[in-house]
Amino acid sequence: MNACFYCGVDVGSSYSKAVLLDASGGFAAGAIRRTGLDFARVAMELHQDLLVAVPDARDNVARTVATGYGRDNVAFATSRITEVSCQAAACWHLFHQALTAIDVGGQDTKIIVLGETGRRTDFRMNRRCASGTGAFLEEMAARLDTTPDGLEALAGRGRDAVPLSSFCTVFAKGELLSLIRAGRPVEDIALGVYDAVVRRVVEMASLQSGTIVLTGGAARPGGVLVGRFEAALGRQVLVPDRPQLTVALGAALLAMREGEGVP
Amino acid sequence: MSGRIESTTLLQSLMATAFRECDAAARDPSRRVAWCSSVGPVELLRALDFTVFFPENHAAMLGASRMSTGLIPFANAEGFSPEVCSYMTSDIGAFRRNVTPLSRVDPSITSVPKPDVLVYDSNQCRDVVDWFSFYGRELGVPVIGVAAPRGVQEPTEDLVAAVASQIRALVSPLEAIAGRRLDPDRLREAVAVSRDTSDLWRSVLSCGEALPSPLTFFDGCIHMGPAVVLRGDPRALEYYRALLAELQARIAAGQGAVSGERVRLYWDGMPVWGRLRDLSDLLAGLGASVVGSTYCSSWVFGQLDPDEPFDSMARAAIELFIARTDAVKEMVLAGEALRYRVDGIVFHDAKTCPNNSNCRYGMPARLREGKGLASVIVHSDLNDLRLHADEGVRLALEAFVEQCLEARR
Ligand code: SF4
Repeated sequence: MNACFYCGVDVGSSYSKAVLLDASGGFAAGAIRRTGLDFARVAMELHQDLLVAVPDARDNVARTVATGYGRDNVAFATSRITEVSCQAAACWHLFHQALTAIDVGGQDTKIIVLGETGRRTDFRMNRRCASGTGAFLEEMAARLDTTPDGLEALAGRGRDAVPLSSFCTVFAKGELLSLIRAGRPVEDIALGVYDAVVRRVVEMASLQSGTIVLTGGAARPGGVLVGRFEAALGRQVLVPDRPQLTVALGAALLAMREGEGVP
Repeated sequence: MSGRIESTTLLQSLMATAFRECDAAARDPSRRVAWCSSVGPVELLRALDFTVFFPENHAAMLGASRMSTGLIPFANAEGFSPEVCSYMTSDIGAFRRNVTPLSRVDPSITSVPKPDVLVYDSNQCRDVVDWFSFYGRELGVPVIGVAAPRGVQEPTEDLVAAVASQIRALVSPLEAIAGRRLDPDRLREAVAVSRDTSDLWRSVLSCGEALPSPLTFFDGCIHMGPAVVLRGDPRALEYYRALLAELQARIAAGQGAVSGERVRLYWDGMPVWGRLRDLSDLLAGLGASVVGSTYCSSWVFGQLDPDEPFDSMARAAIELFIARTDAVKEMVLAGEALRYRVDGIVFHDAKTCPNNSNCRYGMPARLREGKGLASVIVHSDLNDLRLHADEGVRLALEAFVEQCLEARR
């Protein structure tokens, strides 16, 4: 076998992602699918997606690291590593500096602190609660009768964010109703929803100084979430080119490191 | 647990005997039963011939048997908040439903032993007083106790004198209930046995210093039974001698509790009783051994001195880990981390026990920045599994083990 590709598969709670790297660590392909209920199946489908994009990789994937919520269901993985370590590996690879990485995921939000040498010195996860996660945005979008993309479009037109005081997702939904009843512009309410996520994340760790990297499906470059983080922190936030693929990229990098001791 | 400890068989029969004795004493009109908080003045009760039952041990059994989560709502329905001690709420729920895990130990035991008196020390928390007061009202029995101070920085002689006088003040009401006078020699004897038990228990826990460790925190949670329930009873001594010999043999043979131990951790806070085995298996599978804990060490009372029974009992209460300031706790944790040569600390933030959750006032950050000690916080609970998210806890622990391994490279 002429093994010259490395694969990372991130089976997340809402979306699953996969990345293929070539022998020199270059990005060869990426794929994203909704996770659905069958973790094993979505992993296989993502694998197929990568092979369709890069036919040369067929029979030439040296190692696959599985990560994410459904990492144990990826039968073809050569090893399994948590998304925290994958995220750290990817952020170090992409930015190569001491940084704090924030991943706003579907079910949870993680904050990872990397030191000068790329070594992880701390990480935090949100408590047993959806506030500050992608699930919060999804729930709020549904309450405003729109999709997550629709919520972002609404918030993009907001001017004066309406502050939400509730921590709890269920209470926040009730609060949205009161705000709508009070006649507050829905665009400003949508912006307030993003600020609620930012506030919750900012409480999880000290983000007063240093480089901040934002990843995850909701962290579109130039998107509302990034803008609200920058407004809250008073400085620029770095976002990778493919924020939703960061963890899968880290998994592929670790697959490469396991296989050959690089990069 | 990991690599079964042979003395477990002896432990099970010893604990079953203790529970049967409580049950028999409660049925015998000539015997007196006292319920005591886990670090209450048990030596005094033994010296007065009370048979002693420990509600916290009972509650831990409710948790370990996973009965607790279904019972807590019955206490909630009576106005005990879901946010307060889930030992208390599960125990009250069990009382209301008339069920007990003691029946699983011996089916002839159908209820907890009815007490003649309940005795507490409130320096661990207020919940224990509320808990005992519930039974005081329900069963019409007296509730008495000691209010040793909380948040102790310096255990001064003034504090010792004040607490010792509170313990002395228990003597007369307890004598009245026991129907006998306190024999000072018997008190000295009980204190001596407690001290010896404590010394042996300390030696057992210190085995965790060995590389690899022959026991884990999870083993300790099981094997601490006699240190709690039979404190002041000579049978605890026999048990810990046997256990210690077994662990020393394991150390000599280089036999670790976790095969291929590659990460060593320290646990702070309460156990998650309903997930003891799962967490033990999870960490063992990762090659991580939890070699020490503040929890199991809380039943080490090196202060006890038979020549000064009251003062030394007071000193033990005052110096109890849970009752110290964060500054003292931080020092203790830093020392323990060195002694056990651990890679990091797991802080259990137990939702319903703020009293024994030490990560809420910035301690993990201070230990990381001041002592270079890595840690992770696990959000869960001692007895209420509604507050436990398996996936989140698993991810936190796995990611932390990976971090420790990376730091070792
Ligand atoms: S210390 Fe915690 S677990 Fe123990 S009785 Fe008090 S609140 Fe409950």
